[in-house]
Amino acid sequence: MSIRTAAAVALGLGLSLSSGAFAQETVKIGVILPYSGPFADAANQLEAGIKLYMQQNGDEVAGKKIEIVRKDTGGPAPDVAKRVAQELVVRDQVDILAGFALTPEALGAADVSAEAQKLMVVMNAATSVVTEKSPYIVRTSVTIPQVNYVFGKWAAEEGGIKEAYTLVSDYGPGHDAESSFSKGFTEAGGKIIGSDKTPVANPDFSAFVQRVKDANPEAVYVFIPGGAQPAALGKALADRGLTPPDVKLFGQGELTHPEALESMGETAKGIITTFHYTLERDDPLNNEYVKAYREANNGRSPDLFSIGGYDGMHLIYEALKKTNGDTSGDALVEAAKGMSWDSPRGPMSIDPETRDVVQTVYIREVKEVDGELQNVIIHEIPNVKDPLHGAK
Amino acid sequence: MISQLAIVLFDGFAFGMLLFVLSVGLSVTLGLMNFINLAHGAFGMLGGYVAVTAMRGLGLPFLAALPAAFVAAAAISVLLERTLFRRLYRAGELNQVLFTIGVVFVATAMATYAFGTVQQVIQIPGWLRGSVEVAGLRLGTYRIFIIAVALAVTALLVFGLERTRLGARIRAAVDNQRVAQGLGLDVEKIFAVTFALGSGLAGLGGALAIEIVGLDPSFGFHYLVYVLIVVSVGGLGSVAGSFFGAALLGICDVAGKYFVPEIGSFLIYLLLVGILFVRPLGLFGRR
Repeated sequence: MSIRTAAAVALGLGLSLSSGAFAQETVKIGVILPYSGPFADAANQLEAGIKLYMQQNGDEVAGKKIEIVRKDTGGPAPDVAKRVAQELVVRDQVDILAGFALTPEALGAADVSAEAQKLMVVMNAATSVVTEKSPYIVRTSVTIPQVNYVFGKWAAEEGGIKEAYTLVSDYGPGHDAESSFSKGFTEAGGKIIGSDKTPVANPDFSAFVQRVKDANPEAVYVFIPGGAQPAALGKALADRGLTPPDVKLFGQGELTHPEALESMGETAKGIITTFHYTLERDDPLNNEYVKAYREANNGRSPDLFSIGGYDGMHLIYEALKKTNGDTSGDALVEAAKGMSWDSPRGPMSIDPETRDVVQTVYIREVKEVDGELQNVIIHEIPNVKDPLHGAK
Repeated sequence: MISQLAIVLFDGFAFGMLLFVLSVGLSVTLGLMNFINLAHGAFGMLGGYVAVTAMRGLGLPFLAALPAAFVAAAAISVLLERTLFRRLYRAGELNQVLFTIGVVFVATAMATYAFGTVQQVIQIPGWLRGSVEVAGLRLGTYRIFIIAVALAVTALLVFGLERTRLGARIRAAVDNQRVAQGLGLDVEKIFAVTFALGSGLAGLGGALAIEIVGLDPSFGFHYLVYVLIVVSVGGLGSVAGSFFGAALLGICDVAGKYFVPEIGSFLIYLLLVGILFVRPLGLFGRR
């Protein structure tokens, strides 16, 4: 090594050390999301929720600066999620892991959070089992059984239906939705008369909808991932005349997201869905949130991903305040347990036992309000926990 | 039972026709020019976005947005063909595959940048919505429309390639480039026109597809698989092959999902393997 290089290295090291010593301390959050690929829209909406919270609350908590480091998984790839989580912890030295739109991402990174003892905030992935995979995981989104089990009960007790046919996407969340809805429904005296599973990337639903029609059910329960499929399925059902009021249509909230409603038009009227976030919920916090979100995102409305990211950041900020900036996983997860707050979605809290989210489940019906279709809340079930944790 | 079978056949055929419009252009460019253009689906996506922009931004009616999608996809494809693709006509297949799949990535990124990742929605006119009763069967109006468009496209293509001067030139340029050039045909120009025609059809297919399968930046990748299956089952360079390949694929897909939903989505791949096992060049493949 020439003398010049040695001097340069010494100078460089000296500078980096000194700049570290004088700069304000930072808290680094590693955000892992499917920024590219088929789920890019979910990642964008979730990120917009994170950004909005930081814009409203500044980037300084407990005297420390919050810094976000982003990593892309490209989709439901547990191996990629694990690798980027390791990179974030080892190379970028992040203090907190966050994001996780999809269950496989969360499952991939869970081991890393457990080994490195880092708080891991799951902002969407909605399969029950996620929070059991590491003692440092906290979830701020929703679990599929949480919204569907009570929904099944409600459909039989209040919805006035005796028989239903289920049609769900053929992957983990779809199976979860089907089993939890069916469980609630049959426990309350309902009967499932048939069930089908559709391929996850199914372009055309005509065959499945015809099967439903053959069974001539009183009601259909649908679980479908967001994106293009809700509208496609809604229209296929409408083409067969399987729409309310002739046939009752139940589903999880993705089925009637704004773009799907716009695409389905009149035929969407009367569809009843269960969800934890309702865009149209008239509440000062929510109205303010929706307005600010639209201003920051060219008029696009927030969705379930946005609220998961928004509340996830709220949890991180509040936990850091509680620990006075201590970023150790143990301190942060202790601070998060039992935390409760008013979110734009309504009151919510973190279950101290399971570190999972406890919240109000809203049952909504599509109605026309001031000339446009909206999900109007017709029933609220407060303080719902995930029914699967501990139920072995 | 008979009526259900009829419905399944109809729905399958309609879905097949949508795939046909999306794929036939690739069959033409692949079969006639021996150029492996995996960016074909990206032109479909482009047509979709053009239709959305025309309808929502410019307020054009749906029936005007369809030709706009065709023209825009054709025009942009000529631009790309003149500047990029033509350099690869003599390159190896691997180079063509790598380059054109790269184009799809670029197109996806550009669509994300321009339109965001959100699902695009269009409002088709009221007379295309809902369903009509035909002989006691409820047939989706929009599906009937797709079948009509696909049949019209088929007729035009068959007539154009077999009966017109341009068609004769295209066939001559493909069969023997050197002799065609010797006879004074401008082969380069003919290829550019052929390419534009194929890409324009993809654009039209993309615009037609929005109502049934939606549109977002991953469209170019998502439908590439279906398009390649149609082309390989039908055989290269044959309009009739694409037509029957697509119809068979659509009907098998829908019928499979209807009768054996447990393995329904896998059936088309079985079909593909089975057909290529018996006829490696596809149903109508000649070379």
